[in-house]
Amino acid sequence: MTKVLAFAETRAGELRKVALETVTAARTLADKNGGEVHALIMGASGIASKAPQLGQHGADVVLVVEHPALANHSAEVAAATVAGRAREGGYTALVFSASAQGKDLAPRVAAKLGVPMAADVFSFELTSSGIVAKHPGYASKVVQTLTLTAQPAILSLRPGAFPPVANGKAGRVEAVAPAMDPATARVVVKEIVQGRTGKPDLGEAPVIVSGGRGLKAAENFRLVEELAEAFGNAAVGCTRAVADDGWRPQSDQIGQTGRTVSPALYVAVGISGAIQHLAGMRTAKTIVAINRDKEAPIFKIADYGIVGDALEIVPALTAAVREAKKGH
Amino acid sequence: MKIAVCIKRVPDMESRFRISADGKVVEEAGLKFDMSDFDGYAVEVALQITEKLGQGEVVVVSLGPDAVQEALRKALSMGAARAIHLKADRAPVDGFAVARALAAELKSGGYDLIMFGKHAMDTMSGVVGPMTAELLGLPNVSAVSKLDVVQGRATARRELEGAAEIVEFPLPAVVSIDEGIARPRYPSLKGIMAAKKKPLESKPAQLEAPRLEVTKTELPPDRQGGRIIGEGAAAVPELVRLLQTEAKVL
Ligand SMILES: Cc1cc2nc3c(=O)[nH]c(=O)nc-3n(C[C@H](O)[C@H](O)[C@H](O)COP(=O)(O)OP(=O)(O)OC[C@H]3O[C@@H](n4cnc5c(N)ncnc54)[C@H](O)[C@@H]3O)c2cc1C
Ligand SMILES: Nc1ncnc2c1ncn2[C@@H]1O[C@H](COP(=O)(O)O)[C@@H](O)[C@H]1O
Repeated sequence: MTKVLAFAETRAGELRKVALETVTAARTLADKNGGEVHALIMGASGIASKAPQLGQHGADVVLVVEHPALANHSAEVAAATVAGRAREGGYTALVFSASAQGKDLAPRVAAKLGVPMAADVFSFELTSSGIVAKHPGYASKVVQTLTLTAQPAILSLRPGAFPPVANGKAGRVEAVAPAMDPATARVVVKEIVQGRTGKPDLGEAPVIVSGGRGLKAAENFRLVEELAEAFGNAAVGCTRAVADDGWRPQSDQIGQTGRTVSPALYVAVGISGAIQHLAGMRTAKTIVAINRDKEAPIFKIADYGIVGDALEIVPALTAAVREAKKGH
Repeated sequence: MKIAVCIKRVPDMESRFRISADGKVVEEAGLKFDMSDFDGYAVEVALQITEKLGQGEVVVVSLGPDAVQEALRKALSMGAARAIHLKADRAPVDGFAVARALAAELKSGGYDLIMFGKHAMDTMSGVVGPMTAELLGLPNVSAVSKLDVVQGRATARRELEGAAEIVEFPLPAVVSIDEGIARPRYPSLKGIMAAKKKPLESKPAQLEAPRLEVTKTELPPDRQGGRIIGEGAAAVPELVRLLQTEAKVL
């Protein structure tokens, strides 16, 4: 039987959307091959209240690791606990999210178990030669198909690539003790610095409005933010040029050395379309470009382009989007 | 303070990539190569730490064919003290095999800090650093965008989605370096001359048979872009119409 273990990520006591994505992906694999899904969730006392949601998304068994000292995620405790469970469990695959937390956790678990892993996977299946997974390579300019022959196969899944599906079953809950005392963890989280709260994350937003140096000044990002607000579910991104100038935080940078995103809609405002920027957004479903220079490389990959001054076009677009949204 | 920085030599990502005849790998003939972006940041951070402390040694390590010595020489010309080349025909895509070989080399080196890039630009995986940390039994902090080292302890800022974590940890430790921390310096002429005389030790990498292999490499289909729908604010209504009726995203 195919047994799949999904790590269900939380932050500040709340399930993250990617937790439901990993459970959903695990369910899909288990269903195709006749199997069972176990989801593992960790947190401070009370985290067990999130178990039903994991059941609804496909976990047959929810392994709950509760400890008063686990209010903040501890990669050391998580790695030891997941690896400990995996050693007992006979799992075909362990799935994590390729989120900040999962990217850090999955390779540690893999090393503890002495097996390789595939990172940032956007599709995978079980074949007679093992788990076969697709992931981007070479600054997202190629797609590579990887075959993992060791067991368990360890995967981190690209956020957004496996939309959560609820099927309405409740999972059986099983308590699991942390494999080490959280007080002995060597890396200690001193503080969590919140970014702009209430705004969708770049990795999760279906729409991204992104600005470049063509906006001329930091203040003009207000126009980009207003357009994002008009869409309602949009995040704001930027180019490296803009982050370097201190107009926007580095964490908003999209590209080869920034975030990689694939939203349904990407609006590039005053962005030239340097290859390093395209590396982070070329897989967006629809790309709109607004640029004064009709020769700007961004137009070569844009589905829809408008040539002209962003400072004039963006406010007009914001008004039109607001109007269109009202019509719904 | 003894710091090791693991660097990988990768193709210039501005290249037009071609796929090998067997459809498995990127054709390397004719490509330009350089140190992977994040690894350059890691070298810079290591140099800044030893400069600030006024003491210490930066050792750079790379696993791959003889050509990786170019990347090692570049790091030496930036200011690293010596280099170790772990020789292999090709750096395997199996990051665990790479981590095992690096850990075997680093284990007895007495390093206070071992640094990696957030990910290599070719594999885009970001697994080798945390795996090496586990194999060495050391604390690991990944996606570090700020790092301070004071008397055997370090404080780092780690980027999360929509937030950041400030973490503290004891040395020795392993860190992986993210964007935003420091741009690599350009080697000076003096640095380049000095690098020629710095020690570069080459020895076989202890590689096991890989258990992760690339069975296919493809170029994604080209985007059908290039449609300019108009000029100035006058084109906005047409854009909104297309977003509603054609792209169906509004
Ligand atoms: C190793 C390396 C890694 C890199 N990583 C990244 C990365 O991760 N992300 C990234 O973005 N970049 C990255 N870069 C930088 C990249 O090469 C470009 O320099 C950068 O993306 C350019 O940003 P930009 O488009 O904002 O600025 P510019 O290239 O200066 O373009 C500004 C654009 O605005 C247009 N414009 C000007 N005025 C107006 C107006 N009034 N209205 C409308 N349009 C106007 C111009 O026509 C121009 O096309 C990297 C570079 C290197 C070397
Ligand atoms: N062949 C190699 N030689 C030396 N360091 C490497 C090698 N491969 C990967 N690394 C290091 O590990 C980091 C992460 O690589 P990866 O897990 O492949 O994304 C890189 O940024 C380098 O610091």
